[in-house]
Amino acid sequence: MTETENVVDGRKALEIPRGEPLVRVVHLTMGWDRVILQKDANFEVHRGDIFAILGGSGCGKSTLLRHMIGLEEPLAGEVLIAGLGRPNLAVGRPPFGVMFQSGALFGSLTVGENIGLSLEQWTTLPYDAIGAIVRAKLKLVGLDGAAEKLPAELSGGMKKRAAIARAMALEPELLFLDEPSAGLDPVSAVELDELILTLNRVLGLTVVLVTHELPSIFKIAKTCIMLDKDSKSIIARGDPRALRDKDPDPRVHSFFNRLSENV
Amino acid sequence: MSAERAAGARRGKAAPFPASRVSVISSVRQADVHKVSLQGRLIFQEAGVIWADVLHQTAQLTKGDRLAFEMSDVERIDGGTMALLVHIRDELAARGVRAEFEGATENVQALIHLYRGDIKPARRRRRRTEGTIAQIGRATFEFFVELRRILGFLGDSVLAALGILKEPKTGNWKHVVPTLERAGADAVPIVMLINFLVGFVMAFQGATQLKQFGANQYVADLVGLSVTRELGPLMTAIILCGRSGASFAAELGSMSVAEEIDALRTMGFGPTRYLVLPRTLALVVALPILTLIGDVLGILGGLVVGVTRLDLTMSGYMMETQRAVSAWDVFSGVLKSVVFALAISMIACQQGFATTGGAEGVGRRTTASVVSILFSLIVIDAAFTVFLHAFNL
Repeated sequence: MTETENVVDGRKALEIPRGEPLVRVVHLTMGWDRVILQKDANFEVHRGDIFAILGGSGCGKSTLLRHMIGLEEPLAGEVLIAGLGRPNLAVGRPPFGVMFQSGALFGSLTVGENIGLSLEQWTTLPYDAIGAIVRAKLKLVGLDGAAEKLPAELSGGMKKRAAIARAMALEPELLFLDEPSAGLDPVSAVELDELILTLNRVLGLTVVLVTHELPSIFKIAKTCIMLDKDSKSIIARGDPRALRDKDPDPRVHSFFNRLSENV
Repeated sequence: MSAERAAGARRGKAAPFPASRVSVISSVRQADVHKVSLQGRLIFQEAGVIWADVLHQTAQLTKGDRLAFEMSDVERIDGGTMALLVHIRDELAARGVRAEFEGATENVQALIHLYRGDIKPARRRRRRTEGTIAQIGRATFEFFVELRRILGFLGDSVLAALGILKEPKTGNWKHVVPTLERAGADAVPIVMLINFLVGFVMAFQGATQLKQFGANQYVADLVGLSVTRELGPLMTAIILCGRSGASFAAELGSMSVAEEIDALRTMGFGPTRYLVLPRTLALVVALPILTLIGDVLGILGGLVVGVTRLDLTMSGYMMETQRAVSAWDVFSGVLKSVVFALAISMIACQQGFATTGGAEGVGRRTTASVVSILFSLIVIDAAFTVFLHAFNL
């Protein structure tokens, strides 16, 4: 298989009938050794959604995300990405982009090189074309002129933006974000939310994100699921605003209304 | 006394260590309740004595006793001291003594509540110390987990290498030359120095013995053979272990900790193919070359001793070396260095990938990688010696 064919494959992978869910999580049980984090989780992510995975700390939000992108093997059940099946990171390029919590930019490369890396690997584009795409992506996330900087020279919010630009380098239709607004000041967090909304609205990007920032959830999430640590299951699903107002479950109520269960 | 000094003295009075105690702890027995009265300012600077006093005054209590901490005369208490009192209360509860805080003012009560001094102490689960059998079992289990990880890594590397052989274009060739420079070219001075000194010292020690038999010229044989067959490859590999082995492990370890390895995977770059193979290739090229340089310098070290201490001529020393050392001696050393290079790179990268747990984890894995590499170098060296000896090579 040559490099170009890989790109074609990646495209083909996402040409799926409208209405079919982009990601399906089927009877997923996850955990380590004898510690089970979630039992028999089932849900679907549909095209065009901004899908939030919510829950208190330690309930397995980020681990669930790692399962969805194929970094962890489930104890039982499976994750299916439309047209692709189980995400297999060992073969070809995955048809989605991922932003890690800390950004996970490669420290030895400049921001521009970070974004250009997958373009060099998976396309046959010439050097200048890659440069043009890199600059365009940086502009899109509001980092014009940062291409020559090293990740260490960026602030936390800028790192996350650069990581989003890198995740979007190959025009994926599906974007996974791990705690996009965690650790950011309110202004940066709002800007990042705006960016996610824009990407979703203008590019039709489907976004799956892990978060526990309430303002961000109400602002951007269209659908959410809430994981619970004690019952090891999904205790709520649907529109976060509706859940906040109507869900009878006290755990859901206290999460959305910032009430601690311990006090 | 000037105004400043007076102010200083006043400040001195309010300094963190008051000259006299500001807390008073006394206890009385009232009916069936043992009462410990705390009075004054219970501040953290006196926590040590408060701790000792309270422990001392409650030491006699046994199961079924009741204790009251009389708090009504407490002027002030801070968090640390409160935490200690609550801890003592929990300890007493574990001994079957019921202890409560009593008579606290509103402010003090708030602090008691904050440190959970007003709720029933949680029954502490006694941590059973692990039995010997369990420890052996756990260690064995962990050993096999680690072994599986290492074998998995080896398998991955072989697959990645085969993949690159099949499709050379997918290789990360860009990183080979910079790594070659860092691991190879930059190491030349230290490799030269160390090997020169090894040859020098060996000749020096050998000379004293050989002189007694008038066998001065055999110093050249001694140095030539041991440097080319054993010490050149080994010393050079040890230097590379310290330089590149540690650097690879720390580099990949930091990347693992910062989720960069995960990011690479999600971008479709096999981390083994992208990170391990270029490093391994660079070492496999660099180490044999460095070994040859080391061989030459080791022999030079011997030559210096031969000429200055043993009355040998330079050409005489060189001819004796030529006579004693065959091409195979040099080649077997170089061959060995290829295996050394594989071991250094693979172990370092495997340890790097296995890193978890932040900066400390990086340090731990770096140490582990250097130790395992040194161990494996010696084992490989011994195996080579036995193997070559068995075939009379």
